Amino acid sequence: MIHSLFIINNAGDVFMEKHWKSVINRSICDYFFEVQSKAATPEDVPPVISTPHHYLINIYRSQLHLVAVVTTEVPPLFVIEFLHRVMDTFEDYFGDSSEATIKEQYVVVYELLDEMLDNGFPLAMEANILKELIKPSNILRTIANTMTGKSNVSGTLPTGQLSNIPWRRTGVKYTNNEAYFDIIEEVDAIVDKSGSTVAAEIQGRVDATVKLSGMPDLTLTFMNPRLLDDLSFHPCVRFKRWEAERVISFVPPDGSFRLMSYHIGTQNLVAIPVYLRHNISFREGSGGRFDVSVGPKQTMGKTVENVSLEVPFPKSVLNVTLTPNVGKYTFDPVNKIMVWEIGRIDPTKLPNIRGSISLQSGAPIPESNPTISVNFTINQMAISGLKVNRLDMYGEKYKPFKGVKYITKAGKFQVRT
Amino acid sequence: MASNGGFQNSGYNNDRPPSSTGSGDADVATDPASSSFFMNDYKKHDDLKQMLDTNKDNLKLEAMKRIIGMVAKGKDASDLFPAVVKNVVSKNLEVKKLVYVYLTRYAEEQQDLALLSISTFQRALKDPNQLIRASALRVLSSIRVPVIVPIMMLSIKESCNDMSPYVRKTAAHAIPKLFSLDPELKDQLIEVIEKLLADKTTLVAGSAIQAFEEVCPERIDLIHKNYRKLCNLLVDVEEWGQVVIINMLTRYARTQFVNPNRDDMIEEESEKAFYGSDEDEEKEDKEEEEDDKPKKKPYVMDPDHRLLLRNCKPLLNSRNAAVVMAVAQLYYHCAPRAEVGMVAKSLIRLLRSHKEVQYIVLSNIATMSVKRKGMFEPFLKSFYVHSTDPTHVKLLKLEILTNLGTETSISTIIREFQTYITSTDKEFAAATIQAIGRCASTIPEITDTCLNGLVRLMSNRDETVVAESVVVIKKLLQMQKREHKVVPQEHKDIIVHMAKMAQDITVPMARASILWMIGEYSDRVPKIAPDVLRQCAKNFINEEDIVKLQILNLAAKLCITNSKQTKLLCQYVFNLAKYDQNYDIRDRARFLRQLIIPGEKAGAFAKYAKKMFLATKPAPVLESKFKDRDQFQLATLSHVLNTKATGYREIPDFPEVAPDPTVRNVEVPTAWVADTNLLAQKKKKKGGKVKPAKKKSFYSDEESEEEDEDEEEEEDSSDETDSSEEDSSEEEEESDEEEDEEDEKPKKKSKKVEDEEDEESSEEVDSSEEEESSEEEDEEEESSDEEPQPKAKSTKAKTGATSNAAMLLDLDLTMSLGDTLVNQDAEEAEVGSTVANPAAVGKSDFLMPVLAQDMSSLSIGGDTGRSTTVTAPSFIPTKTYELLNRITGGGLSITYRFTRTVSIFSEKMASVELTLTNSSDKPVLNVKIGDKKLQSGMEIFDFPEIGNLGVGATVTATMGINFADTTQPATFDVCTQEKKFSVTVKAPVGEQIQPVNMAENEFDKQQGKLSGMNENSGTVDMATENTDIKTISRRVYEVANVVQVPSMQDNTYKFAGKTLSAGALVLISVKLDGRKAALKVNCEKMVIGSMLLKDLKDSMTKKD
Repeated sequence: MIHSLFIINNAGDVFMEKHWKSVINRSICDYFFEVQSKAATPEDVPPVISTPHHYLINIYRSQLHLVAVVTTEVPPLFVIEFLHRVMDTFEDYFGDSSEATIKEQYVVVYELLDEMLDNGFPLAMEANILKELIKPSNILRTIANTMTGKSNVSGTLPTGQLSNIPWRRTGVKYTNNEAYFDIIEEVDAIVDKSGSTVAAEIQGRVDATVKLSGMPDLTLTFMNPRLLDDLSFHPCVRFKRWEAERVISFVPPDGSFRLMSYHIGTQNLVAIPVYLRHNISFREGSGGRFDVSVGPKQTMGKTVENVSLEVPFPKSVLNVTLTPNVGKYTFDPVNKIMVWEIGRIDPTKLPNIRGSISLQSGAPIPESNPTISVNFTINQMAISGLKVNRLDMYGEKYKPFKGVKYITKAGKFQVRT
Repeated sequence: MASNGGFQNSGYNNDRPPSSTGSGDADVATDPASSSFFMNDYKKHDDLKQMLDTNKDNLKLEAMKRIIGMVAKGKDASDLFPAVVKNVVSKNLEVKKLVYVYLTRYAEEQQDLALLSISTFQRALKDPNQLIRASALRVLSSIRVPVIVPIMMLSIKESCNDMSPYVRKTAAHAIPKLFSLDPELKDQLIEVIEKLLADKTTLVAGSAIQAFEEVCPERIDLIHKNYRKLCNLLVDVEEWGQVVIINMLTRYARTQFVNPNRDDMIEEESEKAFYGSDEDEEKEDKEEEEDDKPKKKPYVMDPDHRLLLRNCKPLLNSRNAAVVMAVAQLYYHCAPRAEVGMVAKSLIRLLRSHKEVQYIVLSNIATMSVKRKGMFEPFLKSFYVHSTDPTHVKLLKLEILTNLGTETSISTIIREFQTYITSTDKEFAAATIQAIGRCASTIPEITDTCLNGLVRLMSNRDETVVAESVVVIKKLLQMQKREHKVVPQEHKDIIVHMAKMAQDITVPMARASILWMIGEYSDRVPKIAPDVLRQCAKNFINEEDIVKLQILNLAAKLCITNSKQTKLLCQYVFNLAKYDQNYDIRDRARFLRQLIIPGEKAGAFAKYAKKMFLATKPAPVLESKFKDRDQFQLATLSHVLNTKATGYREIPDFPEVAPDPTVRNVEVPTAWVADTNLLAQKKKKKGGKVKPAKKKSFYSDEESEEEDEDEEEEEDSSDETDSSEEDSSEEEEESDEEEDEEDEKPKKKSKKVEDEEDEESSEEVDSSEEEESSEEEDEEEESSDEEPQPKAKSTKAKTGATSNAAMLLDLDLTMSLGDTLVNQDAEEAEVGSTVANPAAVGKSDFLMPVLAQDMSSLSIGGDTGRSTTVTAPSFIPTKTYELLNRITGGGLSITYRFTRTVSIFSEKMASVELTLTNSSDKPVLNVKIGDKKLQSGMEIFDFPEIGNLGVGATVTATMGINFADTTQPATFDVCTQEKKFSVTVKAPVGEQIQPVNMAENEFDKQQGKLSGMNENSGTVDMATENTDIKTISRRVYEVANVVQVPSMQDNTYKFAGKTLSAGALVLISVKLDGRKAALKVNCEKMVIGSMLLKDLKDSMTKKD
């Protein structure tokens, strides 16, 4: 399936290659560079590129291009999903997946890549199996290894590989048994000029950090599970029980993982937690006026924090001179992007920014106003109204410490002006 | 190579310059430097060699790490081969692993030296450690040295009988490797594949199918026997295997089952066939089918077909996008049309994933949406473009929005498009204009509006926008002309307007379009046309080729219609063209001259010139780029590229007559073992509780009884005759497990080679074997629970098992989840080993319900549930009701409709979507709900206040109403800043219901309970065209928010739902008898039942 993998940095340097079948010369990447040079931004590179004898499927992540070479028909999502999992694994192992880290850890990276695929077909992709095969290096272990002469590579097959729950290793022991669940919801919205919502969706996920000894069997129930009608689960969740009883029952992997993600679509009503009042105008000759204020709306009494606005101005804008009453703003004269960092919204003093825009002399006035991207975070609230009812544990005797956190964030939250 | 500093210096600065593999600037930059130290380099490599030759492990490791660094970077390290290969015997695992990595990279280039390592691998293949066996096989099969092909073949054959599933998995991976090395071995490899396909562990299944797909995809006959097993195992296979298996099963289904949509295809002549690439062929099919229509039986889905669809459905909730997509394409290609819709939701969910995933999913949706608008219509807004999307994603979304446009939704889509035109991304803006053109051409109602809009765009400042609109307007006018035979008079000013612009537009395509149009409609602008030609002639030599050709055309056409004014101009242009650099233009000029300005010996054609040039031309067809994409299977590489990729296999058409379904039958007992096996596995996964398994037929009850019997008969007979089909291990399992327990080990042992198999017989049980045997024990115990066996026998079993009981328990500990009790209760466990799982003793009391649920979910039919789960609506009505009239509301008009979605305010509420339109001449302020006059029990959740409704603006708002299962309307006030209006939302009973899934037997049971007063029935005469299932279900869905219950009875259609407020079941059944239909509605709430029956009757009798 997957023949070879090349990792390329932004400068066009192929700094790592791995072949699972016969060797393919790295000159194959020239096709990729050719397409890349035509794209305006790295994001615009099409994910699938056809060359006379090979097909290049690539992803762009953490400033790196991962280019997989395939020679025959293969579901493209299969490869894309795999490449993203590779990056996820790197992040899991090394904390991040930047070029520097990968170069520094090249031996582990290479061992991982070798273990993940066999003949181009996934062999071991589960994080905890890999971690047993190839131990993540940390300073302590490095020292211990040099002292004892042991290595990072395991000599026995991880138990998970053969069991029906490959995601959990056996013999887990903690002194403090704890299970934390973060319910994170991102609001994607398009708000039109007049302030009414054109489209709004919620993308939610439940990230869990479970550090429990032994083989706990957890059951998570929600107050209002009917909200969730489109979701995806970690393989550990018993789907039948969800279908029948609307409870999430699972034996958790050890450590951090994404338990489930859900999507609340445009057909449902989505509360919009902030509003923008804006007045942006361009005038012939001099420039224009810019006046935007932000206020909370439908926040159920919670404060809106980490608010920031990003305004991509048209290319003909030279500079902006603005005065915010809260926070501060920066203007990038190259990309023409103005960012206004507000912080938390104080309802008694609504944040406002106003001032003038100067245009290039002679350039025609822009025909459209910029689309403003809004960022915010609201703690202690899930905007969909989802609430955890309780978490029960079976199969183990101890009392675990349990915690749930709710966060609402802005996803692609855009206001057209 | 600034970043090189981060990389381990030692590894990278030692490299020799790249020989053949290197390319790219970075390498070139280092070349001069390193080549000047060429000698030094050799020395450094010597250094590495020395390190490898020492007997200190850490030095070796260090050296290997540096070498791997070179390999990773793509530098040539082949000259170190002799030094490295020696270390293949190293005891240090990490060194060994790195040597393996090195070997797979370079063995192909150094074949002779690589042979030195072979014996080590052969020895390792016999190692007691399964990981070592597996990795030896991996490397052995990866080194691509043709000489060792026989050795590889032998090792694969041996490994596929290995007791560790992990090793068997590796063997499956090795098969395609060997096949690519020597395709002649195909037949032998097929034998091995056949064996692996029969493997019952989930770990092996995916890899075995992958080997099958790469080596012998045409041998579909190998799948028959394993089909049901694969379907049943599917959920437990790891996600990557799932993708491969589903893809293979899609092809299988297309060759083995008949088209589930066959009936529809005949009845809806007008609708195009969905499947198949070749339309002509399809037509033939249709005709053929029509011929034998009278004798045709109604379609009944093969139970195996249903099994596949049902078992794949839960995978739509996978976290892996590739799995979701694979299921989606399976449904698209193989499911009945009515069921395909449910994949839409999951695909929409994927859109929030990484942008690459988004791109692939969108392009697949684009193809689906061409043929199946309805599927994605409810999700229209999910395709709205965000300004931050990459361009290719934007274009795909645009494509989909255009495909989805219908009479009702088009106005919102066009409004959305208007904002896109002003986008700073000009490629996107231009594509939007084209999209508007396509909408205008497909939906005649809006053509004029669009045309006007496009004309307005012609005065846009941006040139690309103007040019694109000109091109689109040209196409639209041309199409209108064909419809009305002449261009309507009002379009004359558009042409005049465009003619005036001709000189200002510089984009060649647009100029050419304008000129063509003036030529074509020169009779509409007789004064302007010659003048345009004059100006063009003046500037002829500076024009682009495409424009020049159109100038020639214009000249020719004008010369025919108005030769008095233009003949000279025309000649002038032809003369200029005669000496043009482009031969096309020269040719065209020569050709036209002969026709238009014939010389003395005028050709015979000259007199037909008018007919030739001014003939009515066929209008261009504006259609989706994705229109013929569906010739490719969805979710494939070929589909994304829109060309056939290497190794792409056409998706076969459904056969006319289904091939013999009995080939999939396996002997009854074996099937049972497979089943219980599955049960056992599941049980382990789900809490390790065992309860006497209800004996179930292999098939679900949903399928007809007779069929079951038939099958059993067949299977019985085959059982007798068919003795050696299955491999020995299965037989062992099927017959009597007790003996098996003791027998197995010796048997296995005999297969193995003696040297490593010492006296440690019972202790040295590999964990895999433990697993197997424990499974078997589970089975055994189940069976003893099921059918009481002689006590003596079970004690015998116990003694047989006790020798490794400890180990089994050990395993249970690791494998099963709920049973940590085992630890302290080991004694109890041993004593009570007749009870399947010790944990059950301790905890059965409170975990029993869980188990019951599990069991019900395990039955293959999935039909035992009292589980009536609420599902998504199958149909979303678009019917709107008026709430407030424009006149009474003083310009404010409100309509409402029921969205049938779950109200977020309360589960008991129906979601009502209000559409408020202000058609007065001043804004309406502060629209909100005022006083409510409600019956007791009813509730209203207000929509958020609308601050300002501008002139002409339309806003939608959602409110929730709990009608408390009555038919009383909800009356309340809508207040604006100035006035208040009393309005009433009527409650059609059908909207107070929500659909629930239930199985047919459950349906029948509940229907039985709700008889007498709770039953309302009646008959209706239906128009003949309404009697197909599709129409009936549509009619029912229009009236009530219910979902169809899959039914096995002919001509009876069942639907289920429950009321929103009280949750009372609502069951509808429609029994067809010719044109008569007997309707039955059962509901505890009598009012609802009778009202619903009335509504249904009305709906059924109405004609389209």
